[in-house]
Amino acid sequence: MAGAVLLAVLGAPLAASACAVLCPWRRAVGWLGVAATVVVLAGGVVLAARVVHGPAVTALGGALRVDALGAVMIVVVALVGTLACIASVRYLDGEVGAGHCSRRHAALYGALVQVFLAAMLLAVSAANLAMTWVAIEATTIATTFLVGHRGTRRAVEASWKYVAICSVGIATAFLGTVLVDLAALHAGHGPHASANLDWTALVAESPRLDPGVMRLAFALVVLGYETKVGLAPMHSWLPDAHSQAPAPVSALMSGVLLAVAFYAVLRFKAVADGALGPGFSRALLVAVGLLSLAVAASLLVAQRDYKRMLAYSSIEHMGLVALGAAAGTPLAIAAVLLHIVGHGLTKAVLFLGSGEILATEKTSEIGQVRALLARRPGVGGLMGVGLFALLGLPPFSLFVSELGMIRAEVDVGLGWAAGIALALMAVVFAALTSHGRQMLLGPLAAGERPTRTPRIVVVPLATALVACALLGVVAWPLAPLLESAAKTVAR
Amino acid sequence: MSGPSFATALELGAGAVLVCAVLTMWRRSLAAIVRLLALQGVALAAVALVLGLHARDGVLVGVGAVVVVEKGVALPAVLLRVVARDTSSRETAPLVNVPASLVATGALTLLAFAVAGPVVALVPTVAGRLVPLGLATALIGIFAMAVRRRAVSQIVGLLLLDNGIALVAFLATGGFPLVVELGASLDVLLLVVVARVLGTRLHERFGVLDLDELRELHD
Repeated sequence: MAGAVLLAVLGAPLAASACAVLCPWRRAVGWLGVAATVVVLAGGVVLAARVVHGPAVTALGGALRVDALGAVMIVVVALVGTLACIASVRYLDGEVGAGHCSRRHAALYGALVQVFLAAMLLAVSAANLAMTWVAIEATTIATTFLVGHRGTRRAVEASWKYVAICSVGIATAFLGTVLVDLAALHAGHGPHASANLDWTALVAESPRLDPGVMRLAFALVVLGYETKVGLAPMHSWLPDAHSQAPAPVSALMSGVLLAVAFYAVLRFKAVADGALGPGFSRALLVAVGLLSLAVAASLLVAQRDYKRMLAYSSIEHMGLVALGAAAGTPLAIAAVLLHIVGHGLTKAVLFLGSGEILATEKTSEIGQVRALLARRPGVGGLMGVGLFALLGLPPFSLFVSELGMIRAEVDVGLGWAAGIALALMAVVFAALTSHGRQMLLGPLAAGERPTRTPRIVVVPLATALVACALLGVVAWPLAPLLESAAKTVAR
Repeated sequence: MSGPSFATALELGAGAVLVCAVLTMWRRSLAAIVRLLALQGVALAAVALVLGLHARDGVLVGVGAVVVVEKGVALPAVLLRVVARDTSSRETAPLVNVPASLVATGALTLLAFAVAGPVVALVPTVAGRLVPLGLATALIGIFAMAVRRRAVSQIVGLLLLDNGIALVAFLATGGFPLVVELGASLDVLLLVVVARVLGTRLHERFGVLDLDELRELHD
């Protein structure tokens, strides 16, 4: 029964994708895509309820397995996916209406978004690490054409950069995976079989894995997957891709794709920690985390483009997540996962809001946009509240999760890293506030009247922000799920 | 296959993969580089076949056959067509000159031997001893991507990286599950397709000849 739910979760986006390929674009097909994400969300909630205190749910003879960690990720993907698919309907309507893209081209977009969602869902529900790798690579294939969908010179440049850099990253992660397989082969098991690469079997066997090979393997895996996570020094594609992609695609990439790639790092970390002790992965993650924070802070200060500003903020938040994972206690991992949920929702709201602003203002320069709160109270208000959430102010959940991660870091003796992180976060805080003030505040020009934002934009985004605030105030219903998810990769 | 001849065949194959990688850093003509890649693909396939025959592993022999077709014939053919189409990009435009590149490949090979130490220690066979050659090929691929600018050169670099990793996988673990092996090759294929599609689009819409001419996005 639960296995069928899992299959439905993976099947719904694939079915929606097939429909999108077969019919030329019309609004109904777009809403079918939204329906698919709602199915995924419902299925994710059912699975979460099943696995929170029970055993993992499996399907396809054990090839798919969802434990509490997988369930958290499915729910995040579904939440952000729903927001992005609703926005996609409006985006494609606008593009087709304005003659920027043909119905066939729009249909391709609809199909690829669903394939992208299915690939992310497969990555977090695959039982073995080779399958997770294949799924994460599939996300690159699906998103390359989505990034370049607008077809402008800059969009083409961004998508080329994206595919070239991420291919290197994914190949590096593959080499790391091969070496983990090698270590598992020599840990005393029979001839190579996919059973060797099963996540839970690997964690259970991890103390017997060869430490020398595992050290090399984990370093390669972190370097490889961190390309997809957008951590420095492999982040250079991210601001280009996230700023040039259509807004719903940016929301998906920033809100969940980065987190899905980080999920793979978390899984590998559990294996590496078993073989090497926590010191090695901690040093590596602290280094990339702090470097990412520094890169983001330094490039946010003088940023002139608001979509690139949001992209650098994603690098900052992934840096925070890496630091939290470096601490590695169950408390830290629970905070990391809460941060992933909160960041996914908030960043989706901000990217979708900025897509709205780009469509009406025709510029992505911070300096060219002013007085949004007065001129477009709907989307301006959403952007303002979203920025508050992103800055980690209470009552939003990012406040709670940042506090949790810092506490955990101090507990394990990483107080110095937390201190540096706080200083860099202060720089980011100042930069984002000043850019936000520039765009949002100011009086109406003489004779100007405020424009209403359509309800189809306001309602989903406002709901997401309310959800983010609620998660910050009441721990239920996520807390038990996050706790048991944290226990799967931390001890 | 018997002991000494097996070892010799394996050493020849793995050595040829690395030599081809080094030679791509020496040649400037893109057409010649693509032909070297085809040769490397054949050498890689030979390694898989020798290992497969030695271990009587049918799947590995099958993988070897797929590699010959894919990396020895299909991908180079597509790449040659891309090179032939653009008269302006017949030569690589290296940021680092050829002698310096060759010195760098030597250094990278040494680095590969140093880094692969634990792997060689864990796999005390002829195959295990050759793992550093695959790693060196992979490192040269990354280096090529970093210092060469044409879109085709970037693809060549990724292909070197991919072949190097495949060699490590064959030698160290006797090959990966077939799906994953194919997935890895799919990535290179994707890059070739993307380069073609984007290149054509650029040419039609903006009159730009190479992806390399796009340099607008930066901070």
